[in-house]
Amino acid sequence: MPEFTLRTLADQLVNGLVIGNVYALIAIGLALIFGVANLINFAHGSVYMIGAYVGWVCVIWLGWPLGATFVVVALICATLGVLIERFGLRRLQNEARIAPLLATIGISFALDQLVQLIFSPNPQSFPNPLPAARIALGGVSIGALDLLIAAITAAIAVMLFIFLRFTRLGWALRATAQDREAAQQMGVDVDAINALTFAVAAVLGGIGGVMIGMYFTSVYPTMSYGAMLKGFAANLLGGLGSVPGAVVGGLALGLIETFGVALLGSTYRNLFTFIILIGVLVLRPTGLFGARRATPPEPLTGTFVANSRPVHIPRALVIGGLIAAILLPFFTSNPYLLQILTNAWLFSMLALSITLVTGTAGQMSLGQAGFLAIGGYASALLSMRLGLPLELSLLAGAVIAAALGTLLTWPVFRLRSQYVALATLGIGEVINQIILNWEGLTNGAMGLSNIPPLSFLGLPVIETAPIYWFALGILVVAALFQWRLMQSHLGRTWRAVREDDVAARAMGISLNRYKALAFIAGGLIAGLSGAFTAHMYSYINNETFAATTSILGLTMVILGGMGNMAGAVIGAIALTALPELFRPLADARYLIYGVVLLLLVRFRPQGLLGTV
Amino acid sequence: MTSTTSATPTAAPTPLLQLEGIQTFYGPIQVHFDVSLHVNSGEIVCLLGGNASGKSTTMKVILGLVKPRAGHVMFDGRPITGLPTPQIIRRGIGSVPESRRIFPDMTVRENILIGAYTRTDRAAIEQDYERMLELFPRLRQRLDQRAGVLSGGEQQMLAMARALMSRPKLICMDEPTMGLSPLFVDRVLDLIQQINRQGVTVFMVEQNANLALQIAHRGYVLQNGHIVLEGAAQDLLGSPEVRDAYLGGGAT
Amino acid sequence: MALLEVRGLRREFGGVVAVDGIDLTVNPGETVSVIGPNGAGKTTLFNLITGLDKPDAGEVLLDGRPITGLPPEELAALGVARTFQHGRVFGNLSVLDNVLVGAHTRQAAHRLRTPVLGMVAELILALIQPPAWREERTRLRDEAREVLALFGDRLLPRAEQPAYSLSYANRRRTEIARALALRPRLLLLDEPTAGMNPTETAELLEFIRSLKQRGLTILLIEHKLSLVMQLSDRVIVMDDGRKIAEGAPQIVRDDPRVIEAYLGHPRRGWDARDAQVAGEDDLRVVLPQAHHP
Repeated sequence: MPEFTLRTLADQLVNGLVIGNVYALIAIGLALIFGVANLINFAHGSVYMIGAYVGWVCVIWLGWPLGATFVVVALICATLGVLIERFGLRRLQNEARIAPLLATIGISFALDQLVQLIFSPNPQSFPNPLPAARIALGGVSIGALDLLIAAITAAIAVMLFIFLRFTRLGWALRATAQDREAAQQMGVDVDAINALTFAVAAVLGGIGGVMIGMYFTSVYPTMSYGAMLKGFAANLLGGLGSVPGAVVGGLALGLIETFGVALLGSTYRNLFTFIILIGVLVLRPTGLFGARRATPPEPLTGTFVANSRPVHIPRALVIGGLIAAILLPFFTSNPYLLQILTNAWLFSMLALSITLVTGTAGQMSLGQAGFLAIGGYASALLSMRLGLPLELSLLAGAVIAAALGTLLTWPVFRLRSQYVALATLGIGEVINQIILNWEGLTNGAMGLSNIPPLSFLGLPVIETAPIYWFALGILVVAALFQWRLMQSHLGRTWRAVREDDVAARAMGISLNRYKALAFIAGGLIAGLSGAFTAHMYSYINNETFAATTSILGLTMVILGGMGNMAGAVIGAIALTALPELFRPLADARYLIYGVVLLLLVRFRPQGLLGTV
Repeated sequence: MTSTTSATPTAAPTPLLQLEGIQTFYGPIQVHFDVSLHVNSGEIVCLLGGNASGKSTTMKVILGLVKPRAGHVMFDGRPITGLPTPQIIRRGIGSVPESRRIFPDMTVRENILIGAYTRTDRAAIEQDYERMLELFPRLRQRLDQRAGVLSGGEQQMLAMARALMSRPKLICMDEPTMGLSPLFVDRVLDLIQQINRQGVTVFMVEQNANLALQIAHRGYVLQNGHIVLEGAAQDLLGSPEVRDAYLGGGAT
Repeated sequence: MALLEVRGLRREFGGVVAVDGIDLTVNPGETVSVIGPNGAGKTTLFNLITGLDKPDAGEVLLDGRPITGLPPEELAALGVARTFQHGRVFGNLSVLDNVLVGAHTRQAAHRLRTPVLGMVAELILALIQPPAWREERTRLRDEAREVLALFGDRLLPRAEQPAYSLSYANRRRTEIARALALRPRLLLLDEPTAGMNPTETAELLEFIRSLKQRGLTILLIEHKLSLVMQLSDRVIVMDDGRKIAEGAPQIVRDDPRVIEAYLGHPRRGWDARDAQVAGEDDLRVVLPQAHHP
């Protein structure tokens, strides 16, 4: 237990405010974009990360002074912001809000991987270029960097205030945010204002990135994801779209986080973010300062579902494909191929689960990997601690995943569209954080090792081919389960909820019940996949089922066609197997996933096989 | 084309605004069937019609917010069909949108000044701003308040001031009296006449036929997307045909 | 006893009164229409009755039982069905499935109402499909086809087509079929002929008349007054959120207040104006609701 003197308390206060300043910068950018484009921009974290790298290159490689560095960072990030808006999002302006949101996820995947390819995934050291001397002020010690961060943030806030309040362009920006169509009737070119907003937001994000890089003395590609979530949490706390709210929210989050870490330890750092994220979304979606404004209205159907006729796949083809898959091990001696396909079968189950929840029932889930994790841990712990036979523990894992996961997701059922996406992402992360911090049960970051291997009716399943068959077998069982539900009244009811929840309610459908049923059914399948994975690897930790897994699964689903079961399996095979089979692509796989997602949303929203 | 007795060709002015053969669709629903109308310089022209007759869509077609499938819109002698809205505004059309659509979180002052967004002549903008405050003295007391807290009538005046700040040749008003108390309605109509006397041509869409026809020079009546009547305002005022167009025609 | 009774219903949106003390009754077997100019508050009234929105004051009774503020899904279970102003069919569902969704509250699954356990039972029963469920499934499908057959050959040949591929008029018909599959005691139609051409309108008029002859109770919002005049037993006229007239169609049509509501009030005295404008209190706004073209 750390000792709390007045002095450490004051130091924590300074730390919290400094971090909070940077969170505020990120949150302001997100707020501007949300206000003008009504969009949750998942690519914002990537811009921030790229800003950090540009700053690092300027200071460390080129040895430039900080002033020049900030100018270059601002220029490059502004350009990046404009490019994202122009080529990634502008054509999606009139689509359901989920469409541009998915596009920004695709962009962030691609940008993150690009930076990884150029600079390696490893953190780069970014020593603080400022003098190390600290000023003692009444018992509080303040460093030069602390002052710099505070000064830059304050300067930016003042400039932004002047821009928004007193310039013609600033007025146009605010007018566009308040009433896009009326702004057009004042002669405002709203597309240009959109681009300007992305540029301004990107500059703020990039400068924030450089400062955080210096503050924590390192930059690394995955810093984007956490920053994006913190920005959202701060923004939500202050009220989505509110600039003053973003400043207060950022500072508050910085303080909460710093004091929380001081009290509980650094592994808890992110937990606060996610709890705030979900708590505000569910309890007070207008945030602290958003009372005046309700959350912006959504289009009639908030879901990303394209009208299409699904490609009909003859039953003979399905059975033929299945037989070929069963016979495959007899015709190949390449264990690598079988391993990849085993992986594809497990991903297929994740994709089936997502296509049920997101495709069929229309609830955009970005946290489905949480179900994998619960299933994996539950099954592993039950067989390790209680000695449950494998068949039972797999089943129990699936049931626990479905029950616990649905219970955790329950508060989200009152939200719609892009807020569901944000909240489920947060829930996936909360599950991850609980696993990380509940060391007594999960062994924390060390993970669980020596998980009993797969077995079937008492016979060990440890060879490549039997594992392959086992995985294929449970995939078939899961698919039959889902198929049967889809053919029942549930399939129809879920699709009605997805297509138009208002009309569905008017016909007597209780939304919560059918959303819950979709998460339960999907959770069973994902839980089974996670449980199988745990025993197959004999080792899992909190990273095994990371958030990117959820988004990868979603990309598979969109590739195959929303709600389309055959599409989910084909999408899973394509995205797991193809990068492996063409080795040079493997290192750039997330770049490919991102680009695939971006192109699908723009050009083929119904996927390969069509929406069901 | 046989009898050409009426209009003398020399005096026929080019209309300031002209719609010809407009056909508009919302998805599968046809909103306009071959709608043609014109507005001459200096006139007040009103477009009347009952619920769902296609009036407001006509305004959207003029402003470029909705693109017609056929037909064209001419303004000041040049085609503007299909141009983006901001460019149409720059040609000299001011808009007072339906239900006013002022910017609720901006101050009254900012709302007025953003009306001059297309202009850069700062000194003249200042003068016009002062003129607006003379024309709409109620706004002067509220310059620093959020526009969202104004009453409906004040918002209507703000929307008119905002539209005038672009120095339009033509001002388009969509249901300017809707939702106002009867006394404020009169005030708004008075102001429309005043604006017109200062040389601004007015095209207004109104449901409230009896009122609009009292200040307009000419009127058109739209019913289910067809222009069913047109004529001088005093001829239309009180005409049984107008009543029938509103109440579902000839059912007696 | 009246099937539907509305007493003093009131709804404000941020100081703007959209529905202002409305009373109305609909007796069993009656067809009552609500008319009024744009923004009179008709759709808000519908939303209040069907639970999509909650009133600030007043109450709604169905068969004498208070249903004020009940959520729409519970009202549907009580036999209140509605269609929507702009048509809200489930685009990617087949026409038949759309109608079957209308029968949702009549399924055995809907009777499994115990929290959590009922839900789990629904999942398990859906999976094993016991014989009773299979019979119900066949029965409802047959019934749904019968409902589609009411529209002659408009919908039946297209039963397996996705609803988005239908013509606009057929989508509106599908929506009505869906509402009928609920076996409603009270059917609320919100501008059923909006966007239809005269032929389609005439056809739908005959269809609604046939529903009426079957004894269905109907509350109708409609802009095409000739249709209202031909169908309604009674007409209620709204303006500025208030009921300004009520009675038999012909009487209402010739009521000067109704004509004034549509055509506008003649201009008041020119002189009294300035004095009045100075007062703040009379600046009443009636409807900044979103307008739909």
